[in-house]
This record gives sequence, structure tokens and C-alpha cells, in this order.
Amino acid sequence: MAADGDGEDADKARRFRDAALPHLDDVYTLARYLLRSAADADDAVQECYLRAFRHFDGFRGQATKPWLMAILRNVCRAEFARRSGAAGDVADVAEDALPLWQEPEISPETAILRQRDSATVRALVAALPEPFREAIVLRDIDDLSYREIAEAVGAPIGTVMSRLGRARSMLRAAWLKSENEPEREERSL
Amino acid sequence: MTCEETRLLVHALIDGELDAGHASAVEAHVASCPRCAAQLRDYRVMRQALSAPALRHQAPAALRARIEGALPPRLAIVPQVAPSRRSMLKGLAMGSVLSGALAASLVVFVMHRQEDQRLLGDVVSAHLRSLQGDHLIDVQSTDQHTVKPWFNGRLDVAPPVVDLTAQGFTLIGGRLDYIDGRPVAAIVYKRRAHVINLFVAQTPTTQVTTQVLGPERRATLEQVQGFNIWRWTRSDLGFWAISDINADELQEFGEKLEAEVRGGG
Repeated sequence: MAADGDGEDADKARRFRDAALPHLDDVYTLARYLLRSAADADDAVQECYLRAFRHFDGFRGQATKPWLMAILRNVCRAEFARRSGAAGDVADVAEDALPLWQEPEISPETAILRQRDSATVRALVAALPEPFREAIVLRDIDDLSYREIAEAVGAPIGTVMSRLGRARSMLRAAWLKSENEPEREERSL
Repeated sequence: MTCEETRLLVHALIDGELDAGHASAVEAHVASCPRCAAQLRDYRVMRQALSAPALRHQAPAALRARIEGALPPRLAIVPQVAPSRRSMLKGLAMGSVLSGALAASLVVFVMHRQEDQRLLGDVVSAHLRSLQGDHLIDVQSTDQHTVKPWFNGRLDVAPPVVDLTAQGFTLIGGRLDYIDGRPVAAIVYKRRAHVINLFVAQTPTTQVTTQVLGPERRATLEQVQGFNIWRWTRSDLGFWAISDINADELQEFGEKLEAEVRGGG
């Protein structure tokens, strides 16, 4: 124990780099969508990686990506708390309390979503409330499996499924609605 | 399958989280329901759009450099359990909301796929094992009337054993094997120099699966580690035919065998 010198630490740092750095863009993408601010996302991701490195010794045999996402969510939660001055939780929003987004009543045979440019799609995703925005980002943009999402958000797979279904239904409704509006200008989150 | 079930399962379908059997049940419903079909179409358009690289963000080089720079070997080490475990327990304790009951009843399909992958892995392992050393055959015979009774008393099922020599698949024997920790019948055929293992086992069909799909599940082809697996179920028996012959030939094998068994062979 007293012998854990630079060699061991260097080895740990090397293992951590190999395991965690390949997911940097994924983690950063989630941070951007969750926090809606480039500067805050930078800080959150840096904090996430430092925490992850500190806890890397206790990390055994799990998938790295959902583990990093779980840490990032904790960091973001702290950031939300700072912003609002009150405790907030990304996932603890009462999902039933949100306004129900009805399936759009449009002639089902003919209606089909129009392709939209990426800036518009990004804006539509960014406008989704939590935790639905997070569900879409984890699945469709960061490409996590249901099991990985369940691990990252600390919820059962059934919750992940219903949340994702709800999220896509909301996104579809917003998408159809936006088709009657002019294309948006390119804008950042 | 109802519209309500479909509404949840279409997501698992486009996300590749449904096993082939349930995927075809969803597709069958969608084929006859314009409203669900429109949803599926739209969700596919959305999924496509969301996978565009432009939707992702690239971590700035400066951020990457800061993280790299903050990883010297002398960082304080605080051993602690990863937080995901604890938050996972918390999530479980809080339970879910929003059509929770329905999602809970359907989650079995998603779990089923994971189960399924494990099972297919077992099938491949058993096949590979059989090709090594003298593992291939316990009872060597081209006579179905010798092979079939051999399984009596060794298994809780009586697997159908038919000779398909006339159809180009030669019965060479049988053995007892293990898949998913349970004893199963392995009936061995040869096609030219290629071995086909046909595994037969009782399938524990859950009530919900039977309700949704009916007792018979359509045959499907899977490819695992370069092997083709043609599998199907009939009544409460599950069949997995695995070989390195090409998919068409393996499917032919499965169909000829099924025809022969149904014909009372």
C-alpha cells in the first residue's frame, strides 16, 4: 500500500485514458443537450472525468460508457441545483405531471414526416423537457442500448422504454407542428 | 398484438432490441394497421435524422487537453464504489411511472432478446464442442428407429428423428448435449462434408408470449460467429439447426425436416 508509487498511478492513468477518453464526444454531447450551454458543458465534462478518474479504482468490469454517463448526470444535477438554488434531479421530474402530448390526429395513411435539416432537428430535441430529452440523446444520438441507458440513469428497463416512447411521441408531435413553420436559421444550443 | 402494445414495442423494434419472433409480431400488426404503420414510418425518419453526425457535438480540443493534463499519476485516489450501482438501486426502489404496468409487461420481450442472445451463444458453443474430438455422436446410426429410442429415459421429451437421406441430408446419429444448463437432444446430420447439429428442447413459453404470438413461431435465420442457425418452434418444442453450410441449404434442411415430421415420419 505504501508502495503504490508513480508507476502504479501511471498505469492507472493509462488504463483510464484507454477506457474513458474514447467516449469523450459522447459524454460531451449529452452534456451539451442537458445543460444547453457550451461553457457549462465544458466544465461539467471536465468535472465528470476527474470524478471518474478518482473512482476508477472502484470501477470493475462494468461498461465504461454508461458509467461515465451516470457520473455526468450527477455533475449536471449539481449544476442545476446551483442554477435554481434548489435541489433538482434530471430524472426525478414527475413524468405524469407534465402536460400530456397527444398523438397528432392526422390522416395516418398520408401523413409522413418531412425530412428536416439538422439544425431544426437539434432545436426540436433541445426543446424537449427532461427527462425525455435525455432519453432521446442517450438512445438516438449517443447510441446506448436500453440496458446501458438503464444503467446510466439508474432506472429499470421498463421505465427506459416508456420514457423513450413518450419522448419520441413528443418529438414527433413537435416535428409535425414545426412543419407548418418556416425552417429555422442555423443556431447553436 | 394491440395498438397499445405496438406503440411501445415499435421503439424496441427500430432500436434492434426485439428478438426476431416478437419483431415479426409487431410487423404483422403494423401491416394491418395504417395508424401504427404511419407511426413506425415517422419514427424511422426521426431515427435516421437523429443519427446524423451534425446532431452530435465534438468535445473541443482545449477541453480534451485540459482533461489529459489533469491526469497526472499523482492525483489523489479515493477508492469508492461507482455511483451507478447506488443510483440504480435508488431507481429500482422508486419504481417507474407512466404506463408502467404496460411497459413492465412488455419489458419481458426486451429481456427476452438478451436471453435469446445468450441462448444462441450456447447453441454455437455446443456445436463447436461437438466438432472437437469424439464428441459428435453418442449413438451412431443412420437408422432413425435406432436413434429415436436411444433418447428414451435420457430426456423429458421425445424428439422427432427422421431420416432425410433422400433429401440430401444424411442422419448419422445422436447425442445428449447441454444448452442453457438443460439437457437437450442433439441429432446429427451430414450434408456433404458439413455437420448439421439439430438441437431439440422443450421451450418454456411464457403465457404472454403465447398470447401475443400464438403457439407457433415463425422460423428465423440467425447468424452467430459465422454459423447459420435456423430455428423454429412447434407446440412446446424448440428446434435449432446449426451448421456452416449456407443459409439457403440450412433453411431447406429445416423445411424438409418439418415437412417430414408433419407427414408423420
